[in-house]
This record gives sequence, structure tokens and C-alpha cells, in this order.
Amino acid sequence: MLEVKNITYNAGEFSLKSVSFTVYQGDYFILLGESGAGKSMLLETIAGLVHPESGSLIMEGINITHQKIQNRKIGLVFQDHAVFPHMTVYENIAYSLHGRKLSHKEKKERVSRVAEQLSISDLLDRWPSTLSGGELQRVALARTLIQQPRVLLLDEPLASLDSRIKSDLRSQLRKIHRQGQTILHVTHDYEEALSLGNRIAVIHKGSVIQEGTPEEVFRNPKSEFVAHFVGARNFFKARLTGENDNGMALVENTLPVRLITPTIGPNGYILIRGEDIILSNDPIDSSATNNFEGTINEIIPGIRGIDVVVDVGIILHALITAESLNRLELREGKQIWLHFKATAVKFIPS
Amino acid sequence: MFETAKDKEVTSSIWLTIWTSMVATSLFAVAAIPLAYLLARKKFPLKKLVTGIIDLPVVIPHSAAGIAILGFVSRDTVLGKMGSAIGLNFIGNPAGIAIAMAFVSIPYLINAARDGFAGVPVRTEKAALTLGATPARVFFTISLPLAWRNVVSGLILMFARGMSEFGAVLVVAYHPMITPVLIYERFGSFGLKYARPVSVLFILISLSLFIILRMLSIEKNNVPFPRKKKTGK
Repeated sequence: MLEVKNITYNAGEFSLKSVSFTVYQGDYFILLGESGAGKSMLLETIAGLVHPESGSLIMEGINITHQKIQNRKIGLVFQDHAVFPHMTVYENIAYSLHGRKLSHKEKKERVSRVAEQLSISDLLDRWPSTLSGGELQRVALARTLIQQPRVLLLDEPLASLDSRIKSDLRSQLRKIHRQGQTILHVTHDYEEALSLGNRIAVIHKGSVIQEGTPEEVFRNPKSEFVAHFVGARNFFKARLTGENDNGMALVENTLPVRLITPTIGPNGYILIRGEDIILSNDPIDSSATNNFEGTINEIIPGIRGIDVVVDVGIILHALITAESLNRLELREGKQIWLHFKATAVKFIPS
Repeated sequence: MFETAKDKEVTSSIWLTIWTSMVATSLFAVAAIPLAYLLARKKFPLKKLVTGIIDLPVVIPHSAAGIAILGFVSRDTVLGKMGSAIGLNFIGNPAGIAIAMAFVSIPYLINAARDGFAGVPVRTEKAALTLGATPARVFFTISLPLAWRNVVSGLILMFARGMSEFGAVLVVAYHPMITPVLIYERFGSFGLKYARPVSVLFILISLSLFIILRMLSIEKNNVPFPRKKKTGK
């Protein structure tokens, strides 16, 4: 639905080099990359605030690369929301309704509907300076959504919020997506990416280096950058199965793993860092509650250490030193024990 | 003092000074404010040169400024001829007074307005554009309101500076006499005792006028402005 083709823009640090990807109708598309990787620039290009030096943007078959901002029907929400400080919440939301032949009553209805959608109906008469970060972000969303944009562009929308409000807003975004809105969301937070996106493109130094579903990108990182960026090679789909304080998750429908009970579930992903996995030749009694026996499939030396690939029902990667490798006399095909603590398991709800 | 206040020559002079400065300010503000916006936002070649030229009236001697204006508006120039066509003669006429006042005081408005516009976050304007507003609408609904405090300050300054101008007006239009010129004439022809009452009266009126304006501008701008919030990032 929105095709980004070879967009190039030279602005020193924030250059974009031949960026290409496609967002389909109904997608929640995540653009993942470090801060300052040119992602904001890309969004501004798509919105029309900036013109690329070369490349094109095709929206529903029409070339919109040089179309006026006002005609593109694309909504953009900035990281710092940019809510108009000299207007009430109502006036902010109603701003884009100017010029259309709507009666006062119709305008009021539209604003109320959108405000209700974002749970800010009781804030309509308030001034922005009296609102919290999370509320402001919702006002920014409301005033953009009221235009019914074909694509909603989000520039690090959760970055300046504290964690409690972050999860509120994340649910809010999921809700908006479920109602049919196509979203292109830019972030540097891979948890956010996993939690919200159905497709991810990783951008590094101005270029897209990988694109695919969350599993594809995180399970098979195509570059050291992505692997590093993500920080964990052990990434799996999981479903919470435990009750009360018995934090348990069934990973890939195969392996029961113990973890600290998350508050939201039941479906999501789990991540375990390779460095948090301990290997031993014999079973050991320790505070680690996850202990599995398996076979070494592969041993891969790398820059950060030795990657030992073990099959325990699912394939896990343990990161150890060369010294340990030799001391334990590990080799491919050998049976070993694998341990990790419940606290080392990170659960990301989706 | 009371006789002075009743003296028709004095009162009409004071009134002339006030209304010509008011007209000069309002008229030239229409061009000056958008220009200030462009200076705040756009980069263009020779921008530094334009900024320098704008500050010129502040640094050149006022009588020289008057001569420069004469060069542009006397009867045998383009502007002068245009003026004659509609029956307007700039020399020795309130129109000339207004131009002289505007010339020396416009830098204050342009600079104040430009600072005001520079203080409006570009992102806020960009947000308005993405919400379907034309650049003109963005200017009038976002940029100008958010820069308003500075613009009003600039307008008051321009008005005040215009009212107090002497040298440039003297050259372009000795008559009709604005009060700064009247004071000078009375001092020269009749001495300190005769000039003093007019001066005191004029100072008092100017003072009251500007205090009232300042007070009004503080009340008017009671729009809640973004303040540093307690919730940190």
C-alpha cells in the first residue's frame, strides 16, 4: 500500500541511503534502529515535510513523492507530541477539521468520538500545560487520527514516557491497530518492536539491513549489528501457563521454562541472553531453576566468545569463553547440561 | 502647566505626534511582521546583508536618515511622483512624518518579532502542516499567536521610538510640528522657560501611554504557556 523506493537524502549524520520497504494495508510496521539513524528523517519524507534527493514514494499506486503535505492523507505524531500549547485539547483535536463543511455539532461529535477512542474525553477543556506526558501523547494521536489517515506515522511515540505509562499507551496503539489503522512506527527499542509489530525493518547507518517478521529478524539476524542490537540469540514464541506465583511458560509448544511471573500475557516472546546460560557436564544443584539436558549441535567461535549451540528440545545458544570450552572438553555431539535462572528469562507480551 | 495644556498649538502637536506614530507603526507592521518571520525561518543568500541593512536606521545619525528619506520621497523621485498622482505630498506633510518615524523605528519591531518567531518550535508548525493547514494558516494560527508577546513588545517599542523621533522628522517635515520639533523650536526662539512646560507635559503623556500599553499587554497574554513539567523523561 505504501511503497518506499530507494529514498536517498544526504544531510550529514542523518543520511538515508537508498531505503526501500513496503507497508501493506493493515500492517503494524516497525522501523527499528538506533537513535539518530535517519528514521525521523524518513518519516518526515513520507509525510512530505522534506523532499528526498532521489527515490520515490508510491501510495496505493500513485506517486506521491512530491505531493503537497496537505494532500497526502498521512498522519504523523512526533516524539515530543508537539501539541499546540495555546489551544485547548478540544481545539487541538478539531484543528484538522477546519475548512471542511462541517457544522459545529458535527465537529463536536467527531471530536468526542476520537477522544473516547483514546480515553481522553474528560480532558477536552484542559490546557496542554496542565497535562502529563502520556495524556499529551494521546491528544497528539487523537488530533491525527481524526483525519482518518491512510497511514499513521509514529516517531518514537513512547520514548519520553515512563514505563507505567508506556504499557498503557502500547495497549492504546494495539487497539488503534486492531480497529484497522495501518501504522508505521519508528523506534530504537526492540521490546517495543516485538510487542507491537507484525513486520520489522532494521535500519542502520541510513540503510535497511534486514526486513521481515519479528521471528525472522530476531531469530536469524542478518548481521552482527542486528544480533548485537537485539542482544539475544535465544528468541522464541511462548505462552504463559503458570498459575499465581508459579511463573511458567511453554516455549515453542515444546519446552516448559520457569520465569518470573509477568503481569501481561498469555502470548508473547521470550528472550534469554547467551551469556546467562551456564553449561556443565553433570547436573548441578543451584539457584537456577531451569535445567535441561541436551546435545551440542555446533560450536562457533565469535568476537564476543564461543557460541555453543545446544538442542534441548529447542535450540539454545550459550555464550562461553574459550577457556571454559577447553576445561569442560566440549565438542559437537556431546551430551551436556544447560542451566539458566528464571530471572534471566525476559518475557515480552504481544 | 495648565496654560500649556490648554494651548491649542501644543495639544494639536501632541496629538499629531501620537497619531502619526500609530499610523506609521500599524501600516509598516503589515510588511514588517511577515518579513521578520521569513528572517526567522528561511535561509537565503545575502541574509546577513539584509539583517545588516535592517539595523542601519539605528546606527546612522538621524538627520542623515532624514536626508536619505528625502532622496526617496521628494517630488522628483519615483515615490514622490506616485504620491503626487494621488494628491499626496510627502515633504512637510504627516505622510512624510510617518515615513520618517517608521524608518528609524522599524528595526525594533523586526528584531523583536523575529526573536519571537525564532522561539516558536519548528516542530509545532510542522505538526500543523501535517494536519492539513496551509502555510498561511500555520502562520496565523500557530506562529503568530505563539510569538505574540514578542510581537506586541516590538510594536510598543516601534510606536515609542517613532513618537520620540526628532532629527529625521525635522529634515523631512518641519511642519506640521510634532512635539519633539515644537519643543526644540520653542527652546531656540524663546528659551528654556517657554520650552519646559511642553517637555514636561509630553513626557508625562508618553509615560502614561506606555505604562498603560505595557499593562494591557501583560493581561492580554495570559495564555498558558508550556512550562517545564514535573514528570521527567
